[in-house]
Amino acid sequence: MTAAPTVLSVIDLVKHYPVRGLPWATKRAVHAVDGVSLSLRRGETLAIVGESGCGKSTLARNLLRLEEPTDGKILLDGQDITHLKARAMRPLRRRIQIVFQDPYASLNPRWSVGATLGMALRLHSIGTRADRRQRVVALLEQVGLSANHAASYPHELSGGQRQRVAIARALAVEPEIVVCDEPVSALDVSIQAQVINLLRRLQREFSLTYVFISHDLALVSRISDRIAVMYLGQIVEFAQTRDLTRQIMHPYSQALFAAAPVADPRAASVRRRLLSGDVPSPIDPPAGCRFHTRCPFVRERCRADAPALREVEDRLVRCHFAGEPDFPLPVAAGASAGVGA
Amino acid sequence: MSAILDVSGLTVDFVTAGGTLRAVNDLSFSIREGETVAIVGESGSGKSTAALSIMRLIPDPPGRLTAGRIMFDGEDLATTSEAALRGVRGQRIGMIFQDPMMALNPVYTVERQIGEVLRLHRGLSRREMQTEVVELLRLVGVPAPVERAKQFPHNLSGGMRQRVMIAMALACRPKLLIADEPTTALDVTVQAQVLALINDLKQRLGMAMLLITHDLGVVAETANRVIVMYAGRKVEEGSTTDIFDDPLHPYARGLLKAARWESQGGEDLWEIPGTVPSPLDLPPGCAFAPRCAEVVPRCRQEKPQLGKAAGREVRCFVAQEGRR
Repeated sequence: MTAAPTVLSVIDLVKHYPVRGLPWATKRAVHAVDGVSLSLRRGETLAIVGESGCGKSTLARNLLRLEEPTDGKILLDGQDITHLKARAMRPLRRRIQIVFQDPYASLNPRWSVGATLGMALRLHSIGTRADRRQRVVALLEQVGLSANHAASYPHELSGGQRQRVAIARALAVEPEIVVCDEPVSALDVSIQAQVINLLRRLQREFSLTYVFISHDLALVSRISDRIAVMYLGQIVEFAQTRDLTRQIMHPYSQALFAAAPVADPRAASVRRRLLSGDVPSPIDPPAGCRFHTRCPFVRERCRADAPALREVEDRLVRCHFAGEPDFPLPVAAGASAGVGA
Repeated sequence: MSAILDVSGLTVDFVTAGGTLRAVNDLSFSIREGETVAIVGESGSGKSTAALSIMRLIPDPPGRLTAGRIMFDGEDLATTSEAALRGVRGQRIGMIFQDPMMALNPVYTVERQIGEVLRLHRGLSRREMQTEVVELLRLVGVPAPVERAKQFPHNLSGGMRQRVMIAMALACRPKLLIADEPTTALDVTVQAQVLALINDLKQRLGMAMLLITHDLGVVAETANRVIVMYAGRKVEEGSTTDIFDDPLHPYARGLLKAARWESQGGEDLWEIPGTVPSPLDLPPGCAFAPRCAEVVPRCRQEKPQLGKAAGREVRCFVAQEGRR
């Protein structure tokens, strides 16, 4: 495997949010991200998937230093940026940008599109006024809008167009890394592919590196190079996309893949194994393996003994039993046994 | 089997500052006993407006049920009195919405919310009501139903809230359940649980269901028949297997390919170009013509009517002529 050089890495990142309670109550915290390590390679698309509350968005915000990590390190090209002051951080912000899920919330409704894009340039003192005006037009064209849109306000645009503006804003400062936090899940089905295609075209054109946060496994398996599956603040499986689509080793990844409804009535008629219950609270994550309360393959050891993220064959898995023959049982086989097929 | 709901020529207008817009345009369909019919479409297609207007839940003004008949149990809901409607809503037709936090009253306990339905529509006493609430919660798979009944919506997770809403909708054993994006707000693993629950209850109670969704995966798992809507009109209707195997309308075909993240050849995923037209400024011919890859000159001048093609209804000149 010829791995591209690492541009950004995260080592044992922890983010806890204190839970406000009565002064004499025991101090508790939401364990949003609990010891995540990963390295981002130049030019790749690294997908982070999981359900709400798994910590994927918190991780994204910490990567950009939009929040202060509780513990751990963030290295950009080997430089420790974990505790850089705002002033020292600012030039580095040009290198990492973010596109949020909801472009209606992430764009200022009182600013025209031109003002929004121009501000990104002005903040980083890029070009003269006239240069910036030209650059705004060029940016709009790059994302499939026209120069006329510079005078529009967000409410005059459709959801897809607004997301294009948000993408143009991220690209304005010529970043190397773009974190895309659920960039299409607020959009209509027919528009989602347009925006994904745009993101991929821009990636090729400007050699961008993407961190792609999503809950849609079908999508990320089409567009990413590597996938990290998160559950309750931790990575439970981390593999090359082609390896993960061929074989899944963690029971949670398997359940997540199996639960996503497929647009095919024949596939749907095969009963899937369902996870019972909801994701437990990240305030007091379960002892032992965090997934043991919902795992269909739970054994005694899982309740007491927290598994480490370890190397099994071609990937990292956080499960005591991954790599054993026939573990986890393939979904279709287990399910058809249940139906008596 | 006979139709329990028969909608014909349903037309709903909204009066806005920019003019009158037609959210639903001449929509006809029927649902047979025990059948699940899904209406799929994107935002602005009129699918939710259609569902709400069946129960006459569209606020008037600005909305107006301009034309159409909604026959349910031999009664036309389009013209019946408000008083008569109260005997239908929540009793013979149940409804579940996308966001259970919005649909549940945050200051009432679960027992009181479900109990209200039981007292109003079934006239149960307090004791009977309490037993029935626990029974209903058990039916929808809420663990520890006795304790849960005493809790408030904010004590429950999203999946549990959706179960409570389903319990409420089923309290009077309706013949028809209208489900408007019932799992959109839920995470995938919980979504799978709730879908399985709805499918199971439908079979056990012999209910018919009208499912409104934008998610073709949910349709594939739940529906017997599918209606595809675009810009206020039905563009195709057929059995779920027919439509998923061989969609006739170019919009239905594009939507399916997009939902499956199919490749467009090369690196790109399949996309439908352009955007949904504004309902205040629809193109003169077929509403989908500006985005359609198979457009012929006629599509831009004339509005296609619904016609038969391959045993299905489809609103497309090209599909009706059988060449594509």
